[in-house]
Amino acid sequence: MKPARFEYVAAKTVAEAIDARSSFDDTVILAGGQSLIPMLNYRVAQPDAVIDINRVPGLDTISVDNGAVRVGALVRHRQLELSAEAFAAHPLLREALDNVAHIPIRNRGTICGSIAHADAAAEMPAVLVCLDGFVTAQGSGGERNVPASDLFLFHMTTTLDSDEIITSATFPALPKGSGYAFEELTRRHGDYAVAGICAVITPGPDGNCASASLSACGIAEKPVRLSAVEAALVGTNLSDDAVSAAAALVDDMVTNEDDGAGGRYRRQVARTLITRAVAKACQRAAQGRA
Amino acid sequence: MSKMHVKMTVNGKPVEGLAEPRTLLIHFLREDLNLTGPHIGCDTSHCGACTVDLDGKSVKSCTVFVAQANGAEVTTIEGIANPDGTLHALQEAFREHHGLQCGFCTPGMITRAHRLLQENPNPTEAEIRMGISGNLCRCTGYQNIVKSITAAAEQLASMKEAAE
Repeated sequence: MKPARFEYVAAKTVAEAIDARSSFDDTVILAGGQSLIPMLNYRVAQPDAVIDINRVPGLDTISVDNGAVRVGALVRHRQLELSAEAFAAHPLLREALDNVAHIPIRNRGTICGSIAHADAAAEMPAVLVCLDGFVTAQGSGGERNVPASDLFLFHMTTTLDSDEIITSATFPALPKGSGYAFEELTRRHGDYAVAGICAVITPGPDGNCASASLSACGIAEKPVRLSAVEAALVGTNLSDDAVSAAAALVDDMVTNEDDGAGGRYRRQVARTLITRAVAKACQRAAQGRA
Repeated sequence: MSKMHVKMTVNGKPVEGLAEPRTLLIHFLREDLNLTGPHIGCDTSHCGACTVDLDGKSVKSCTVFVAQANGAEVTTIEGIANPDGTLHALQEAFREHHGLQCGFCTPGMITRAHRLLQENPNPTEAEIRMGISGNLCRCTGYQNIVKSITAAAEQLASMKEAAE
């Protein structure tokens, strides 16, 4: 038997799951389980209770509203990846999802679960940060929306209360006239990223950069917004030199130095991915206008 | 620790058993149902040796609790062969094209390829490689596995054509 003993609670409603969270000292929510179950197998996590929300009705819906995409807590990565409606409204999501593990994992793993797990190298939290998205969480105190900028605290840690459950995540629409890209480098396809960059660039009528939104995963203790890079890009003509100069400002954000990718290497990777992502985003914005 | 009663359909047959909630699907299959085809490689969802079909989708049975498979339809490598006992085209192709050496990854590899070919009956080499990227093989270098899956896809297509 791999995991340590736990009470198993098969919640039938969100309210039941919230009650169960308050009834035990240490609980975890089981949605897709693709990060949680390995942690239980390794006994890195030894909760008193595992609260399975897989049989809670209504949490598996994707809703598209004016270009924004809201995914319920049980929407699997693969379900969102294959949703034609979500792709038509928000193609960035599929591009990012293509980098999430591999198909059997994406068949089970959920977007909200990945966000709640908050691995600093995971893709979808970085996308949520780039788009200024939010999660909707329910707890004993009621329901609230938590913006991505207030959600991620540290690697595998969010600011949510211990009785709260993420019921959906909302990815706001791409701005009109913008281009997008998600670029990452992994040692093996499907692995967590050495670094990943999410970029949304909106050129103005003069072709100069009117607004830029960039985030990164893998480079720090949580998914981060690259505000210095964004500020340096806005107003430039987005030439190779301008983008390279802006990309160099990522250096100060790179704090993750694991054995496989030291700081100097990771900074170089992050710079390169930024230049690739911005180039791709600009190209797409230009195609969109044409 | 109280055990729970679980019921599911495995390889077309209804099965049931008592299991602790922390029992992984792979352990239930191997230890309670004696279906030792799916292998345990890593217990962390990396290697794919435990891949089975759960309600028509490939999953890694080391990262699913048996409680979550309650009421589900599961297919393991034991359920892939033809009803008359002859090898499925994929199994035959792996044999013919040397798609295995030590054989440890093979049940997961074939179960995954089986689902891949249902989702995409005519995959390109790149699609096959991407489709099996969650299954690790430490012997073959994948070349012969890809060759086997390509051959099986062609064989299945010609069988389908002949039947029509």
